[in-house]
Amino acid sequence: MSKTSYAVGEHPDLEPPASTIGVIGWLRENLFSNWWNSLLTLFGFYLIYLYLPPLVEWMFVKAVWSSPDRVPCDAEGAGACWAFIDNRFTQFMYGFYPKELYWRPNTAGLLLIALMIPLFIKSFRWKWQLGAFILLVYPFIAFVLIHGGYLGFELVETNKWGGLMLTLILSAVGIVASLPIGIVLALGRRSTMPIVKSVCVVYIEFWRGVPLITVLFMSSVMLPLFFPEGTDFDKLARAMIGIIMFQSAYMAEVVRGGLQAIPKGQYEAAASLGLTYWKSMGLIILPQALKLVIPGIVNTFIALFKDTTLVLIIGLFDLLAIIQQANSDPEWLGFDTEGYVFAGLIFWIFCFSMSRYSIALEQKLHTGHKR
Amino acid sequence: MSKITSTLLLSSALALAANTVSADTLDSVKSKGFVQCGVSTGLPGFSNADKSGNWKGLDVDVCRAVAAATLGDASKVKFTPLTAKERFTALQSGEIDMLSRNTTWTLTRDASLGLNFAGVNYYDGQGFMVKKNLGVKSALELDGAAVCIQSGTTTELNLADYFRENGMKYKAITYDTSDATVKGFEAGRCDVLTSDQSQLYALRIKLKDPKSAIVLPEVISKEPLGPVVRQGDDKWFNIVKWSLFAMVNAEEMGVTSKNVDSMKNSKNPAIARLMGGQGEKLGLSDDWSYNIIKQVGNYGESFERNVGMGSPLKISRGLNALWKKGGLQYAPPIR
Repeated sequence: MSKTSYAVGEHPDLEPPASTIGVIGWLRENLFSNWWNSLLTLFGFYLIYLYLPPLVEWMFVKAVWSSPDRVPCDAEGAGACWAFIDNRFTQFMYGFYPKELYWRPNTAGLLLIALMIPLFIKSFRWKWQLGAFILLVYPFIAFVLIHGGYLGFELVETNKWGGLMLTLILSAVGIVASLPIGIVLALGRRSTMPIVKSVCVVYIEFWRGVPLITVLFMSSVMLPLFFPEGTDFDKLARAMIGIIMFQSAYMAEVVRGGLQAIPKGQYEAAASLGLTYWKSMGLIILPQALKLVIPGIVNTFIALFKDTTLVLIIGLFDLLAIIQQANSDPEWLGFDTEGYVFAGLIFWIFCFSMSRYSIALEQKLHTGHKR
Repeated sequence: MSKITSTLLLSSALALAANTVSADTLDSVKSKGFVQCGVSTGLPGFSNADKSGNWKGLDVDVCRAVAAATLGDASKVKFTPLTAKERFTALQSGEIDMLSRNTTWTLTRDASLGLNFAGVNYYDGQGFMVKKNLGVKSALELDGAAVCIQSGTTTELNLADYFRENGMKYKAITYDTSDATVKGFEAGRCDVLTSDQSQLYALRIKLKDPKSAIVLPEVISKEPLGPVVRQGDDKWFNIVKWSLFAMVNAEEMGVTSKNVDSMKNSKNPAIARLMGGQGEKLGLSDDWSYNIIKQVGNYGESFERNVGMGSPLKISRGLNALWKKGGLQYAPPIR
């Protein structure tokens, strides 16, 4: 062993011990830091070993990707039958919407995306105007396109709508309508005017107190009995109204949470500037309050998106219901698992995107108030 | 809400509905140009939509027959998919003109809901499915068997009754959904699976090897399924009733969608009556039954195509054979 000597303070920094850096170091720190964690790690690996290979084999390796009939899926040792999804894909997307008219919902969807893009461009000037256009004018354009019956567009009744299209329509309408109604209700609940306040409290507590399934059920089963003869109030419209009523009550409570988190000084500051109620709310309180509750709002949106599947109990074919319906085709019986995996994947994609968007939004609006 | 109040509320609502919807259904069908028919949200072979969104099935064919009889075109039907719970309201409120949705005919439904059952298009009943290699030929050999069953259904009670009645023992293995019962059956948790017969055949297809199981001939409960109309419109009631009867009569006389044109000139008086001359009494055109047979087919054709040997379900005629062949399908004569 050679011994090198250094002057005081001249000793160079030594490499860290090999066992604390690189792959080994990471493994030691994160997976095998003590005997108990090591045991859990090994157990985890064992579970992965047990379940992952068969899953991959079923989902990908031995899967049947496309076939006009079920014969290859019935073969010995065949994996997932994605051919079932493949065969029914357009039905899962559009329901029973007439094939030759698919371009109409497609146009409506693309138009919405095209209109939304400028909203994400920082230097775009007319954001307010465009936003108002999307909220106030676009719904009519979309309605004429998808529903038809005006301007020479052939009528497609709502009982033909279905699949992912219906899920998106239901949740978009629910989301767009419930936020403003929710804000108004939240402000109303904090109002000092007794009648406004009690109306809002009663509304919120009533709608929050009943399960959504009951609301939908009432709207589809009981309501038609009370209408006069010949009134044909569209089932989808009834369900939409039910969903909006229900979700706006939840939204109101989320927004109220935000309003209560704003320090009293802000309210007083707004008042001392001589702002009217609406100005102080619109310029000072709500921008701060809504920013605070973005996670809560998005949470409600995601819940709403998934809750739309409940419409299957009133015979509307949203994405999940149309998949279940397809499972009842005698030609393709027995591929429920594939259908549910597919539905799960689609729902996950949408919910995950919403969640990522909300994180991006939070960071964009971050003004240093976070702790 | 107490049970009494809710019952009162419901029955007053129903009475209200029964009063309000009294218009002539045939007239309204003719003026709007289609029959609005309530079907299930998907029951294999009875009512389900195919890949291109066309509704098919034994129940669907009844709707098509009524459309053929009233409008001369079996394709002029609009389908309203309904869940089990909304089906009666939809009919009472006038949302649909008729209901053809595997609905069991019972006294309560017939007498207290303001509805009329217009016949039976499928005699269903609870049955048993067993593994073929057990070598069981009759349900009476099932003493001591483990039975897979869906919990919370009347099938559970029927099963208990049947086994007690015959002095046999069984071990019930209950599952939440019918799909889960199949998985249990397949995994060997039980020797027998019980459910309504029409369902058993659909469940059998879900097995990895459908041929490894057989459905036993015994039926231990009565589930007559048929189309339903509103009470108080006897004209429409007759039309639906006789549309179904025309299909059964046609099978009995050997008139099919293929030979119906040549049968038009038949010398047989019964066939001649079936082919024409009776429409006026129903308020229909004279070729009402011809249209049904030509466009939908007779009962046997519809059966084989949707649930019988011509379909993946492969249900045997059993109780649904014609009365001449030992079944229950019997239609009053057309004369």
